Amino acid sequence: MAVTERGCPRLTWLVLPALLVVAGQLSAATLPVDNVDVLYHRYDGGGMVIDGPSVLVRKSAGSQVSVSGQYYVDSVSAASVDVLATASPYQEERTEYTFGVDYLHEDSILSLGFTNSSENDYEANTVYFSVSQEFFGGMSTVTMGYASGWDEVGRVGNDSFSEDADRRNYQLGLSQVVTRNSLVGLDLEVVTDEGFLQNPYRQNRYIDPNDSTAFLYQPERYPETRTSTSVAFRALYYLPYRASIRGEYRYFSDTWGIDAHTIELGYVHGLNEHWTLEGSIRYYSQSEADFYSDLFPFENSQTHLARDKELSSLSGTTLAAGAVYEWKQTSLPGIDRLQFSLLLDWLNFDYDNFRDVTVAGDFLPGEEPLYSFDALVTRASLILEY
Amino acid sequence: MSATIKSLAVAGILACTSPLAGAEAINVPAPDFTLESRSGENLRLEDHRGEVVMLNFWASWCGPCRQEMPLMDELYSQYKDLGFTILAVNVDENREEAHRFLDKVPVNYPILYDPESSVSELYEVQAMPTTVMIDRDGNARYLHYGYQPGYEDDYEQQIRELVRE
Amino acid sequence: MRILSIFAVSALLISLATVSGCSSVKPWVKPYERDKLADPVMSLSRHGKADSYMHHVYQARESARGAEGGSGGGCGCN
Repeated sequence: MAVTERGCPRLTWLVLPALLVVAGQLSAATLPVDNVDVLYHRYDGGGMVIDGPSVLVRKSAGSQVSVSGQYYVDSVSAASVDVLATASPYQEERTEYTFGVDYLHEDSILSLGFTNSSENDYEANTVYFSVSQEFFGGMSTVTMGYASGWDEVGRVGNDSFSEDADRRNYQLGLSQVVTRNSLVGLDLEVVTDEGFLQNPYRQNRYIDPNDSTAFLYQPERYPETRTSTSVAFRALYYLPYRASIRGEYRYFSDTWGIDAHTIELGYVHGLNEHWTLEGSIRYYSQSEADFYSDLFPFENSQTHLARDKELSSLSGTTLAAGAVYEWKQTSLPGIDRLQFSLLLDWLNFDYDNFRDVTVAGDFLPGEEPLYSFDALVTRASLILEY
Repeated sequence: MSATIKSLAVAGILACTSPLAGAEAINVPAPDFTLESRSGENLRLEDHRGEVVMLNFWASWCGPCRQEMPLMDELYSQYKDLGFTILAVNVDENREEAHRFLDKVPVNYPILYDPESSVSELYEVQAMPTTVMIDRDGNARYLHYGYQPGYEDDYEQQIRELVRE
Repeated sequence: MRILSIFAVSALLISLATVSGCSSVKPWVKPYERDKLADPVMSLSRHGKADSYMHHVYQARESARGAEGGSGGGCGCN
């Protein structure tokens, strides 16, 4: 049942095909190295605990091709505020498989991949293709990507319920070395969705016509299309004592009326040959969707209705800290490099117009306290290059 | 809008034509230089006139360099008695990094230090690693930019050719 | 949204123009000067899958999506 967890679009790179013939070019790129990437991830907050493993294996096949496969699980034990308001706590598992191929051709790296994510009531499939090209003496990298996804939305308890949702992602990115000590990046991504974009379980509420101190529920109704655009700018600067600072700003806007800003600042500090410490702070704010309301005045007051807190006006702050241990040219048999990371992120979300109806006490509809929650995300990762 | 991005992308990719190739055959005198070597003494390129010299620019932070060095070591032990040597110019600013690297990836051929990049600039190094094959008359005959698995076969072929001259 | 599109496309146009003008302007950071950029502290995404997991955490709770990662920088070898 995943009220907030949905099969996620695995699309990071988008590329427009057939732009690959660059005869006579200097070979100026390297494939990712062979490695095994094992991650334990855990999200604990807002009444939910979601944890699980992620295992990725990457191996080169010849000098120009690298293949990778990933297995990922989200194990959900949840009693989030959406769930508690209208249902009972649940346990669920989402499993995701990804296969990818990277091909090095002269200056460019072409990547093709497929992801399948499946849970008991949602199936998501994505195909992605991207091209990454280095220019200008390796100082500039342009990446273009395209992803297409097709999802099947189901409903627990109703075997005949099946709806489709399709996605397209278009991405363009530029990374530029500015000086010996700095680099900047610009990313642009357009996502379009079409189909059944709402949640089959989630309800919104309206004032009971017979009793103004109570409210009733009706299922949400979203538009059948959504197009969004994101532009992000990032910059990194090297500090002389083996450290770096970085900043990022992203602007998001979509056809549902949501505008969002994300700002992140990070600091990485190399302690010695093996240890690195890092910290970052992130601030996010978004405005609500046009058809969002915490409480509607009466049934069917609008064509589209949403009480999804993800579409409300909210702000979020994250404080993160981490430590990384790196062992280069190890003495372990067959292992060239080992990297262990422990990363902790504390997330805090505050909603401006989503109220917590599960709070004990007698509140008139629309006067319940505003909802907020925090969560701790833990990531323990081990990367072995062989 | 995606059509605009498409045309921009095509223009961008096709517009920038680099003047370099992965490997080039040339015949120009190799510029002379003197650098301090790992053994402590200064080594001069001119002193190796009469030998085939494989001049290689590398750094501890360069992944492909790490891949090619053991293969270069094999070529060195195979051909050094035929009048062949390798001069590996390290461009790390900090010599310690190079030493730490060589502890893990030991090689037998001479290592020279170019911390101020004077020789790298002299040879207009445009990729890491860069390899220049210099014949017995001191002329640069083959240039290699970067390293891809398989290049070591080209190196061997060129060494055999130049050693026979 | 329209203005945003125009802004983004022109920013990329300018950067591609800079990139394609490479015959008249030479790269000013030489390949042998990339040591600091190759240092892991300057890596855009150092933690492998742990980084993409974090994007997923935010996408499941926030409306914003996209433009989350980048590649480039590093040693610029080959």
